[in-house]
Amino acid sequence: MGASEDRLKDLLVRGLAGDAPAYHECLKALSAHLRAFLRRRLVRLPDEVEDLVQETLLAIHNQRHTYDAGQPLTAWVHAIARYKMVDLLRRRAVREALNDPLDEELEVFAASDTEAADARRDLAGLLDRLPDRQRLPIVHMKLEGLSVTETARVTGMSESAVKVGVHRGLKALAAMMRRE
Amino acid sequence: MKTDELIAALASRADAVEPRALQRRYAMALGWGAFGAMLLMAILLGVRPDLVEAARLPMFWVKLAFPAALFAGALLAVTRLSRPGVRLGRVPGALAAPVLAMWLLGAIVLLAAAPGERSELVLGHSWSSCPFTIALLSVPLFGAALWAMQGLAPTRAALAGGAAGLLAGAGGALVYALYCPEMAAPFIGIWYLLGMLIPAVLGALLGARLLRW
Repeated sequence: MGASEDRLKDLLVRGLAGDAPAYHECLKALSAHLRAFLRRRLVRLPDEVEDLVQETLLAIHNQRHTYDAGQPLTAWVHAIARYKMVDLLRRRAVREALNDPLDEELEVFAASDTEAADARRDLAGLLDRLPDRQRLPIVHMKLEGLSVTETARVTGMSESAVKVGVHRGLKALAAMMRRE
Repeated sequence: MKTDELIAALASRADAVEPRALQRRYAMALGWGAFGAMLLMAILLGVRPDLVEAARLPMFWVKLAFPAALFAGALLAVTRLSRPGVRLGRVPGALAAPVLAMWLLGAIVLLAAAPGERSELVLGHSWSSCPFTIALLSVPLFGAALWAMQGLAPTRAALAGGAAGLLAGAGGALVYALYCPEMAAPFIGIWYLLGMLIPAVLGALLGARLLRW
């Protein structure tokens, strides 16, 4: 776990400084760990795992400014995954389906599972429900990879409106996932 | 959408994150909140005319130090509770210490006083309005602290909201102490504390609803 923690932390710190490939690699590695972690906790809800992996990844992305480099990455990721898991269970009101007590020290990086099942939630459908000022910046920047300037030109929005649209849109997506 | 596609989308064009985002957010919130509290006091109460004379009394500074210590403790609590996976550590102790110290001082003052003077030391002249005025003065900081927290990631919503409320209450009490003429330790230990706890309880109730992410 130690080596993995150090490597992932290094990737995340670089990612937060604007290194997109490092950030991509970090999220990929985290997704495998999260999948193993959640699969172990949600033994009776195997179909929920991939949706929850996605929800947790989006939460990690949306709240990435709350990571402090002086803090163990493990603790930060644990806390987010646990928060999202409890939220899901509360939503489903099936707390008893939880396999292990929540307080147990969960080792999110101890195992890894790269075999993704299909997510059941229709993320693209949720994206379609966003207003244009949020949806278009996400589609152009996040799905098509255009820059802020290019997105502003294509959509006729200002550059700051594009940035705000991406930010608020991703937060709105997280809220929609929660409300489902 | 497959998870790999989501990851690619999240990482695509991901800009650098503003460093020290949490500190900046709280600095801005507390700056505006403190400004609002001062303004509210100036409009509602005015500034105490004998402030300069009062400042010569040691008890005036004790009265300021009490909410100031709770403000510092609450700020520590609020910043820790805004980050996932950070423990509170010794923060509860840091919050309890000024309260216990003030109660101890109050007990000593009461024991030393003649029995006939004790009710005056506890109730002062303004016991019935003091807690509510503190709660009222804390409103700008209350809104500002909850706003700051909403943009961060508290995993214990009620506790985090309570800490934000306590922070606002302590700020309100600090501003009110500049106006309030009461000087007795028993009074401060009871009514100031109560005034700070009103927004703390409201914060815990509201936080559980508002601080979801």
